[in-house]
Amino acid sequence: MNKTFTLTIDGQSVDAPQDSTIQQVLESINKPAPLICAHEATTPEGLCRQCVVEVEGWRVLAPSCVTKINEGMVIHTASERVIRSRRTILEMLNASVDLSEAPELQAQMDEFGADRERFPHAKTREQDVKDDNPFFVRDYEKCLMCWRCVQACGDDIQYTYSISVGGRGFESKISTFFDSPMPETSCVFCGNCVAVCPTNALKSKTEFFMEQGLDYDEIRQEKRAEKKKMGGGK
Amino acid sequence: MQEQSFNDFLREIAPQGRTMLLPALLEAQKEFGYISKEMATEIGNALKVPFADISGVIEFYSMLHSEPTAETIIRVCTSPSCSARGGRDVHQQILTELDLLKDGATADGKYFVEEAPCLGLCDKAPSALVDETALGSITPELLLNPQDNVRTEVYAKESVITGRIGEVDPFSLDDYLANEGFLSFPNAVQIGPEKMLDCMADSGILGRGGASFPTKMKWAGAAEAPGEQKYIVCNSDEAEPGTFKDRVILENDPFSVLEGMMIGGYAIGASKGFIYVRGEYPKVQKTFQAAIVSARAKGYLGENILGSSFDFDIELRSGAGAYICGEETALFESIEGKRGFPRLKPPFPTTHGLYQKPTVINNVETFANISLLFRIGVDAYRSYGTEKSSGPWLFSVSGDIAKPGIYEITNPTTLRELLEWAGGVKDGAALQTVLLGGAAGKFVHPDQLDVRLTQEDAHAAGLTLGSGAVVVLSENADLKQTLADLGHFFAHESCGKCYPCQLGTQRQAEILDRNLTGSVIEGDFTRLEDVGWTMTDASLCGLGQTAASAVLSAMEHFPEQFK
Ligand SMILES: Cc1cc2nc3c(=O)[nH]c(=O)nc-3n(C[C@H](O)[C@H](O)[C@H](O)COP(=O)(O)O)c2cc1C
Ligand code: SF4
Ligand code: SF4
Ligand code: FES
Ligand code: FES
Repeated sequence: MNKTFTLTIDGQSVDAPQDSTIQQVLESINKPAPLICAHEATTPEGLCRQCVVEVEGWRVLAPSCVTKINEGMVIHTASERVIRSRRTILEMLNASVDLSEAPELQAQMDEFGADRERFPHAKTREQDVKDDNPFFVRDYEKCLMCWRCVQACGDDIQYTYSISVGGRGFESKISTFFDSPMPETSCVFCGNCVAVCPTNALKSKTEFFMEQGLDYDEIRQEKRAEKKKMGGGK
Repeated sequence: MQEQSFNDFLREIAPQGRTMLLPALLEAQKEFGYISKEMATEIGNALKVPFADISGVIEFYSMLHSEPTAETIIRVCTSPSCSARGGRDVHQQILTELDLLKDGATADGKYFVEEAPCLGLCDKAPSALVDETALGSITPELLLNPQDNVRTEVYAKESVITGRIGEVDPFSLDDYLANEGFLSFPNAVQIGPEKMLDCMADSGILGRGGASFPTKMKWAGAAEAPGEQKYIVCNSDEAEPGTFKDRVILENDPFSVLEGMMIGGYAIGASKGFIYVRGEYPKVQKTFQAAIVSARAKGYLGENILGSSFDFDIELRSGAGAYICGEETALFESIEGKRGFPRLKPPFPTTHGLYQKPTVINNVETFANISLLFRIGVDAYRSYGTEKSSGPWLFSVSGDIAKPGIYEITNPTTLRELLEWAGGVKDGAALQTVLLGGAAGKFVHPDQLDVRLTQEDAHAAGLTLGSGAVVVLSENADLKQTLADLGHFFAHESCGKCYPCQLGTQRQAEILDRNLTGSVIEGDFTRLEDVGWTMTDASLCGLGQTAASAVLSAMEHFPEQFK
């Protein structure tokens, strides 16, 4: 009973189940659009727009991850407008955020010929690492605002609601209630946020200490001391 | 004592839950000058909102503060019309006068000064809002001794939609009745919802909020949508720089909008309406709230209105400083007690609007037109305007113009004719350009002045009327400054949800600042184009999609401004 729609993608005719998103169809023909914000564990919000494609007759580009297909859609996945948007989004992002520990973004910058120095003198999100608990650090100058940690902490996984999107516009950020340290929030240290973070903005304490050159025993001692300080000490 | 009454207020609203978050935060802001962590904790406990979300909401709205402000808050407009008429100078002067190096509070805690985006007082530029007092033609002295001095001029060759403005007491329902008020609602009830929709289709009525969408399509969609609970929402967030028509309607003729909303409720089967008024319009809020109260008292709102089986009531909600909350789905989120993030569309408001229920959202002027239509009928309505842009249209004229104000256009009029009607460029200077349609609009080249101000003619000329803002810039205006003003406006107002706009508005502002200070770097022109087209093509909502519109038009018409 599942009806299909017929689309044309870069000149090729494709049939697909009618409730598909454009991205699902693109995957079925091995031409997936590049993704930044989407993740299998979190609700798609269409934030990054890196997955945009051109649909004939549409005024604006369509984000593949959240756009449902229609009968007869004619789609271009590599038109000039598409490539300009993808490249510019990467260039603007790289000028604002430290993407050095985000291999997928690095690969996308290579693929779309992004100039890593495109925006000189740009304001960045440079800031100090927030190191306030024994389990993970928050290095928000690496945060590209995919919201996945907030979603994982909230309705998509944990229902704990310790963090929220704060600020506005370029000053957007992930924040806690009045910037409280994590141990003073409702956080249960489940680690779901760390697991979904694409850029290492959220990093386990073990990894953080290892980067600082501590060995296994030193790390264990550090973590034990921190847990004691927090008052739980499991 | 204060705290006691605030706690009583919290207890009273607690059963309504999260939807009361913004009203609670606004009340705390007003009572205490800021929202402390303790206060936010009590609000969160009372309304059952996660604490992190409360910070998220406070940080989203620019009129809410989590640090102490001061006894008096001075907001000085630096959007294009005011900036061009000296607003930035007065902003500097008041900072100097108060011994402040930048925006913030004075040491004695008396004054808090901040730059503000357009306050809808553009005709009296430069303008400011001091606490709840609107001020035009500001000077530092006036800011320190504020006295409401804003009386917007309204011009009409034939007053159709503006007929009651200045003629009736906006606080008097009897005055409204004596001036053909509450005639349209009974007409609508008499013909019934189905014929009403036919009537609207025949009238060709278009939305006045900026996109000129056929109103009938929305109403029919919501009327057909399944569901018991439906909503009518009046969008009074009016924050498009250069636009102040909705303020003038609501301050002078609130009942016409109220009646339009009642008609909407009857047509789609909604028993509840919301009017969302921007936080910077305290006078509008007072006027409309009084209209709601007197309409209730006389049986125009409530149960079994005028002896019918129709129940309808209206609740007023205040915004808190966010242009994006004029975007319809962001507005719903705001009423629901959240950050004003636009939603992905589809689904559309007609089926999934406020609280995911079928909803009709229209602009203030649209509802006033609905009242007019059902009072005078299709033929009379169509005798104004053109075939495709029927009815009367309001334009907000400001900037370097002799007679700024609201202009009602009932017959096809060109932009040149409108400027002549408005007395021409101020002080007899030559025209440089017009920013048509507000910040989201485009710069008009002097060669394009003969465009008629209708949807179809503007469209054909590659222009947009938007919400009817006409910002005039004389030869003496610094266009680079205006461009930088626009850059700042969008960077300040981007909600930050999607990357092209969150990042692009910032990058655009940086380049336009360099352009202003004469420090452009190699490649800035193409950089600006790439940023602009990426925002236009790839942004999630109308804000980002139009954030480069004016800039790109200036690059086309006035490339010499980018050297
Ligand atoms: C950023 C942004 C701001 C907007 N601001 C307003 C506004 O202040 N008032 C308004 O009526 N419409 C505004 N709109 C348009 C609304 O989304 C919506 O289209 C309008 O309220 C519909 O009313 P209408 O059909 O009567 O025009 C805005 C849109 C965007 C994208
Ligand atoms: S911290 Fe990581 S998961 Fe959270 S929004 Fe930033 S990049 Fe995404
Ligand atoms: S276009 Fe701008 S305002 Fe609209 S969703 Fe994106 S960031 Fe927010
Ligand atoms: S992956 Fe589609 S919008 Fe981010
Ligand atoms: S009030 Fe200053 S531009 Fe509108």
